[in-house]
Amino acid sequence: MSWFERIVPSRIKTERRTRSVPEGLWIKCPACDAVLYRAEIERNLNVCPKCNHHMRIYARERLAKFLDVGSAVELAAGVEPEDPLKFKDSRRYRDRLVLAKKQTGERDALVVMEGKLTGMPVVACAFEFRFLGGSMGSVVGEKFVRAIEHCLEHRMPLVCFAASGGARMQEALYSLLQMAKTSAALKRLSEARLPYVSVMTDPTTGGVSASLAMLGDVNLAEPKALIGFAGPRVIQQTVRETLPEGFQRSEFLLEHGAIDMIVDRRELREKIAALLRMLLGKDGVPA
Amino acid sequence: MAMNFLEFEQPIAELEAKIEELKFLGADSNVNISEEIKRLQAKSRAMTTNIFENLTPWQITQLARHPQRPYTLDYVSMICTDWQELHGDRMYGDDLAIVGGLARIEGTPVVLIGEQKGRDTKERVRRNYGMPKPEGYRKALRLMLLAERFRLPIVTLIDTPGAYPGIGSEERGQSEAIARNLFEMSALATPVLSVVIGEGGSGGALAIGVCDRLVMLQYAVYSVISPESCASILWKSTEKREIAADAMGGTAERLKKLGLVDEVLKEPFGGAHRGPQAMAETLKASIVRHLAELKAMPVPQLLDARQARWRSFGAFRAA
Repeated sequence: MSWFERIVPSRIKTERRTRSVPEGLWIKCPACDAVLYRAEIERNLNVCPKCNHHMRIYARERLAKFLDVGSAVELAAGVEPEDPLKFKDSRRYRDRLVLAKKQTGERDALVVMEGKLTGMPVVACAFEFRFLGGSMGSVVGEKFVRAIEHCLEHRMPLVCFAASGGARMQEALYSLLQMAKTSAALKRLSEARLPYVSVMTDPTTGGVSASLAMLGDVNLAEPKALIGFAGPRVIQQTVRETLPEGFQRSEFLLEHGAIDMIVDRRELREKIAALLRMLLGKDGVPA
Repeated sequence: MAMNFLEFEQPIAELEAKIEELKFLGADSNVNISEEIKRLQAKSRAMTTNIFENLTPWQITQLARHPQRPYTLDYVSMICTDWQELHGDRMYGDDLAIVGGLARIEGTPVVLIGEQKGRDTKERVRRNYGMPKPEGYRKALRLMLLAERFRLPIVTLIDTPGAYPGIGSEERGQSEAIARNLFEMSALATPVLSVVIGEGGSGGALAIGVCDRLVMLQYAVYSVISPESCASILWKSTEKREIAADAMGGTAERLKKLGLVDEVLKEPFGGAHRGPQAMAETLKASIVRHLAELKAMPVPQLLDARQARWRSFGAFRAA
């Protein structure tokens, strides 16, 4: 700060700095190119009001809007990643974690909340895709299992919103084992006759799709989400032919019998509440 | 069959070629070169020992994929009697990349399931390079449920580059097939022993690997992704596969140190393909021992231990 600025009243200083338009006040829909007012999009759960394109939504925001207002309490928030293999590619895994945390405010790629869904107690978790592509490493696996254990202890149903590229390469075999760790815990939930609703959102691929995401008692998907085991690019390189139109999109999965239904994001809350109430008995409390 | 040498074995290959040449010369000349041959053979052994003591993870990956490495059916023929292969998933087809059936190991009946690669080009195509499709995993699950019903222990031999990434695989639910196996295997009321005999390629390997005990052969590898794919994603170049293999550390020795594998079986000098019979003996002894231990456990205790085992995997900090 120069001596001049020090004696100039602060009011003038603020005036001198021209206030720019806040970044991202307007958003362009990636599907129909419509220019949309951000606040309006947010009110609409990041769904384009013009073409119904489902844009990505932050995990925390999704859960806040899914659960009853003011009912959510975060679970397993203290579980944090480690770097067991001291993994380093062009950047250290440790540094990638720090950066991802800074960019997203999350400690890892899964957020778990306990709360009420139209008055019914549930545990809901959501993948944060911005955190290293929503990849599943040890923390995601552990938090998912803790979510299940909370359900088992308090006899509550589980809802999961997947958005993930798959297993996290930087934790190598540890990540792979999370597929079995989460699936084995889901088996316990299933044996306790507690319902699990899996919602696959764009994208749900690799190790997450080939484990917890496909194991719902009811499997739902948002419209036009990319869902599959292998990524389209890998398949293209393997088979060397053009992939069919709409390949690996929700509609393709519905047609091939992999999911129960496609549900618009704005209707998910009501739909899941209705499903759970029937599975649990009319008052939504497990028998 | 002539021995196939990998790139890093070239010095050994050259020496062996020289020895062969000398043997050939020695046969139709009067000059006694047996001393020289002996000297070179000793040198070759020393060189092999030296190379194999300092293998990099990438070199071990190459050994795990060695075209002459024993595959599932080779071990079946060496360690089992009365092998009855059972086919098909009862829903769509019979995937030849996974074989399974009833067999006896030292007289005891087991259900044995394994991924199967092909030896020559025609067989490789028929076996789809050991990359199973959903029907393969569903066949495996069908056989595992059969084992559970008749209280037979399950042995799975893992050897795959990964589950097949194709259009048909996706149409028929590759993800669901793998996920279902993980889910069901975690609660099968019978002992499950898995052995990685070659390549443990990601979900395609894990889908028959949710076990009570995990054994790996010394030069087998097990990881979340192949070094080539990892390199192409993280380094944007498959050329970095050696570095990627190092970083992921999917070798038996490393995984044992991390506590992710229960036992590592030492391979014969120069790798399993140089002594298949000896390897099979070691493998058989290990299978017999583990199954005896597992069968001694009451089923509820076995299932609790399996749940606890899988619950425990992970490296994280918790407040």
